[in-house]
Amino acid sequence: MLAFFLRRVLIALPTIILISVFVFALQKLLPGDPLTVLAGEERDPEVLEFLREKYRLNDPIIVQYFTWAGNAVQGDLGISLRTNQPVTELMAQKLPVTIQLAVMSMLFALLIGIPAGILSAVKKGTVTDYVANIVALSGLSIPNFWLGIMLILLVSVKWQLLPASGYVPPGEDLWQSIRTMLMPAFVLGTALAATLMRHTRSAMLGVLSADYVRTARAKGLPERTVVLKHSFRNALTPIVTLTALLFGELVAGAVLTEQIFTIPGFGKLVVDAVFNRDYAVVQGIVLVTAVGFIVMNLIADMLYFVLNPRLRGA
Amino acid sequence: MTDLTTDPVLTAKPESRVWKKFRSHRSALLGGILVAFFVLIAIAAPVLPIPDPFATDWGAVRQAPSWAHWMGTDEIGRDVMSRMIWGAQASLLAGVVSVGIAVAFGVPLGLVAGYFGGWTDAVISRCTEALLAAPFLILAIALAAFLGPSLTNAMIAIGISATPIFIRLTRGQVISVKSEDYVDSARAIGLPTRQILSRYILPNVLPPILVQATLTIATAIIAEASLSFLGLGQQPPEPSWGSMLNTAKNFLNQAPWMALWPGISIFLVVLGFNLLGDGLRDALDPREH
Repeated sequence: MLAFFLRRVLIALPTIILISVFVFALQKLLPGDPLTVLAGEERDPEVLEFLREKYRLNDPIIVQYFTWAGNAVQGDLGISLRTNQPVTELMAQKLPVTIQLAVMSMLFALLIGIPAGILSAVKKGTVTDYVANIVALSGLSIPNFWLGIMLILLVSVKWQLLPASGYVPPGEDLWQSIRTMLMPAFVLGTALAATLMRHTRSAMLGVLSADYVRTARAKGLPERTVVLKHSFRNALTPIVTLTALLFGELVAGAVLTEQIFTIPGFGKLVVDAVFNRDYAVVQGIVLVTAVGFIVMNLIADMLYFVLNPRLRGA
Repeated sequence: MTDLTTDPVLTAKPESRVWKKFRSHRSALLGGILVAFFVLIAIAAPVLPIPDPFATDWGAVRQAPSWAHWMGTDEIGRDVMSRMIWGAQASLLAGVVSVGIAVAFGVPLGLVAGYFGGWTDAVISRCTEALLAAPFLILAIALAAFLGPSLTNAMIAIGISATPIFIRLTRGQVISVKSEDYVDSARAIGLPTRQILSRYILPNVLPPILVQATLTIATAIIAEASLSFLGLGQQPPEPSWGSMLNTAKNFLNQAPWMALWPGISIFLVVLGFNLLGDGLRDALDPREH
């Protein structure tokens, strides 16, 4: 098992290095000099030269990359041009907010997506299956930022049930915190639920026609046991892998959701950084989410291993 | 048991069999109709009898839908329906062009990686994995940010972000096809690699790529709307569904219709491409009858 895991990590390493090269290369796409923003309107040549020295922009590009990557490995992703805070510190401040959103969304997604997927597989070809598929496809096609806007219009503006925006840390007031996060989490969760439902359905369909399921039925086991214990257990492996892969969708969805509900999280940070031309922050976020995705993949591989006893001997 | 020799699906020529299966798929047909509708109004936008999408009318600001303005007017009195129709152009163009970019780069790279294997494959595959690790929208946002906000740059950003999907798909398909007998025989009669790739391999890997392209257009349209919504795509006053939603969210209380139409349109056109893609997948899959 350890060997398996080590091999996975070794495969992931070159990918991470390549990502860092891409992220570093991003700033070279910039038209003009990034320092003109910093130097202000006058663009005094002496100021520019000073800044260039300070940010080591006079070094050859390879040296620049290794300086940058070396710092990044030590957790130094540069300084935000806007707030003068270290990028890592900024991200660490915003991360808990997005994690709360992500966890609550994932709960919605699992609670809706998995039962719907099982139901639609068990009732394949019936009206239930048909309706579940239409709902899932609609969930995939609705732009989730629009769903958010419409929910604000109904739930906050018309019915005044839930707050339309803002964030309350759970440590301050847990109930209020959950209340403010409910709508954003639902919006983000439904998009994921659709994907999850479709995958659960196809994984279940693959399993339901297996011999051991027929045997279980032939033994006269109640349908509930056949579906949940014998089938779902075995369909679980691909579902777990997929859930880890949904991480990317979750982060991307968080960007828009946080924007609509004005939640001060990771996603809002990247959008604000884009508008403030705070490139170090943008680079930091791309790097961290990409590495996060690879880590999630590793975890999925591990879980796959744990859930599938057949692999253990290998 | 049905007689196989008279089964119309099995005895038909391959092309018409695909078409028959596709037609019998009602949801795919609905998808096709939705897509055709939006394509038609986008193309016909210049000749349709609609008001100028840029003409402001300060006497008719934020008016609810009426006979004069079927979808109402926006915050500076422009006709929403006219802007919706012109916005369809931006959305469809973004979807098709960005997927075009992704296919144009992704398919050849995938062909080369899959066919030659070895070092070429290793380099292309590692780069693909690295690009795939960054979430699609985050990568597009970052690229759009560094390239500068405009519709063209949004299309380039979405195109680059979608390229690895096509590299990986093509590569996998090529690997499964290249050991087939007909490829071996093409090699045995001494055909140059270029011809083997273009005449024998490409046509056989094309169907799944076509399906993926259709589904990716749906994703790309949502991505363009998202970027425009964030202010990183189509720039105002040019009409685009995403930027219309961005403005609309400031007037939810006074003019909810401003948010209604763009959202419904994005939903319908994306649903159309998703249904079409699902239908094509079923129709082109030779295993399922």
